Amino acid sequence: MARRTSIRGPLDYGKSPWLILFGFVTFIVLYAPIAQLIVFSFNDSKRNIVWRGFTTKYYAKAWNDASLVEAFTNSITIAVMCTVIATIIGTATALWLWRFRFPAKAAVEGIMALPIVIPEICMGVAVLVLYSRVGHWMRGFESGPIYWWNELFSIWPLNLGAITAAHIAFSFPFVAIVVRARLIGFNRELEEASKDLGASEWQTFWNVVLPFMMPGVVAGALLSFTLSLDDFVITFFTAGPETNTFPVKVYSLVRRGVSPDINAASTVLIVITLVATIIAMRMQAPSKSEG
Amino acid sequence: MESWKQNKVVFWVTALPGVVWLLLFFLIPLALIWGMSVGEKTSIIDIEITGTLDNYVRSFQAVYLKIIWKSIWISIVSTAVCLAIAYPIAFGICFSPARWRPFLLLLVILPFWINLLIRTYALIAVFRTRGTLNFTLEWLWNLAFLDRLVGPFQPLELLYNNGAVIVGMVYVFMPFMVLPLYATIERLDRSYLEASLDLGASQWRTFFSVTVPLTMPGIVSGIILVFIPMLGMFLVPDLLGGTNAIMIGNVITDQFKAANDWPFGAALSFLLMYVTFAALALRAFVSARIKGAVGV
Repeated sequence: MARRTSIRGPLDYGKSPWLILFGFVTFIVLYAPIAQLIVFSFNDSKRNIVWRGFTTKYYAKAWNDASLVEAFTNSITIAVMCTVIATIIGTATALWLWRFRFPAKAAVEGIMALPIVIPEICMGVAVLVLYSRVGHWMRGFESGPIYWWNELFSIWPLNLGAITAAHIAFSFPFVAIVVRARLIGFNRELEEASKDLGASEWQTFWNVVLPFMMPGVVAGALLSFTLSLDDFVITFFTAGPETNTFPVKVYSLVRRGVSPDINAASTVLIVITLVATIIAMRMQAPSKSEG
Repeated sequence: MESWKQNKVVFWVTALPGVVWLLLFFLIPLALIWGMSVGEKTSIIDIEITGTLDNYVRSFQAVYLKIIWKSIWISIVSTAVCLAIAYPIAFGICFSPARWRPFLLLLVILPFWINLLIRTYALIAVFRTRGTLNFTLEWLWNLAFLDRLVGPFQPLELLYNNGAVIVGMVYVFMPFMVLPLYATIERLDRSYLEASLDLGASQWRTFFSVTVPLTMPGIVSGIILVFIPMLGMFLVPDLLGGTNAIMIGNVITDQFKAANDWPFGAALSFLLMYVTFAALALRAFVSARIKGAVGV
């Protein structure tokens, strides 16, 4: 069979009509439900089955739903705070693991990867238990510094701090991985040269290392932004009545059934995450060709 | 790489943020639920850590054992289907023209970045009784005049059963399976395949005796990457399975939300953690063995 003369060589699996058909069908199945969701967000019908003409009224309706907008604002606020802090922590961690040799490094790397590998629900309940314990303990104070601290953290956006802290915990390891992957292509001699020429540790970091790893940092930042914006499980366990996020709100709506307002709100979220993801991938791409 | 002793200030400045954050918001919480999993409820809100194994013993009661078993088999079937779909896709992408590859890969990964909840919701619109699939089937039914010959179309109950959960799991996790497979198939030395074909093995024989063993690390990574989150999945069984297809994730959520039995929920979560650790150990073991055998 392999020796049969045809236009297609024995290893040209990419030209196999069956494989192409299979791939084509898979991509259609993968995208059709999402495409339907987006298309029907513009459908002028409440029952959402047959196309009855173009409308943007469900976007207006979603926009006028105060609780939906509040949840959306919360989600964006959390994602922005999470991105800033997770990027700083993740970049520091990447530099740490890239630059230094130290005892038990393999174990540390394993632990750093844990938030990525364990089931999300385990982290969700763990964070819930932590906050309930801390909350229980803090409520015991009627006055004094801890009382004031408590008061302070009930003001927006600090009341979102608990959720944000959990988001940072699961997204900074991803940032660290992305930045470290970028750093592998870095020529360490440049760092040595900079120091030989009299630059301080900070100057070397700021003028030599940081510009090189910037694409990785930006990609990591956008990654943590989408991770935070998309998170449902962990937020579901930590969100209170006043700290609803967008996915948690959508979940409560979805449980009541399919409706075009959810389609409209979902479409907005899809567009935001996809734009962030595509920019992140563009940022990461050059590191591959250079390396 | 320099030793940490050479520049202690920079070492600690870069080390501490990540280590402290992970400790406070990940490791300590995990330790707390681990402690809780061997604890008892003493009142509505108080839990005392007594070192009891009752919570673990309780999870082996028939009713929970059935749910655990169901979670495992649903995850195994979904993982197998994912592998069966993702392998040809990854294979096809690797053997496609080089300029197409990044685009095709992006096309596979992109759905993964869309919110899990939204993708599950999109499936509900397809599979519900008055959904797209039933609507299409009805249209085909009427097109074939079956409504006059057999009677009006009866919509199929596609949601709220195990099948719906499996379809949902595959839909949600398939892109994730493609990545590790693509990474290993891309590095596959094609001269092995040529040698096998030259020596007279058929395409199928070559695939199962050469390609599959050589890409085993990717297959194992993919299986673990997909199987672990499936096992703990809460959203898909909740939204697509309803009350008919409850998995461990739903029981855990229930213990922490409605049933308010945190120690039992903690024990169930830690059962998931133990499975995760076992799977990771298995992966390390398999990759070590393969490295030893192939000598890569």
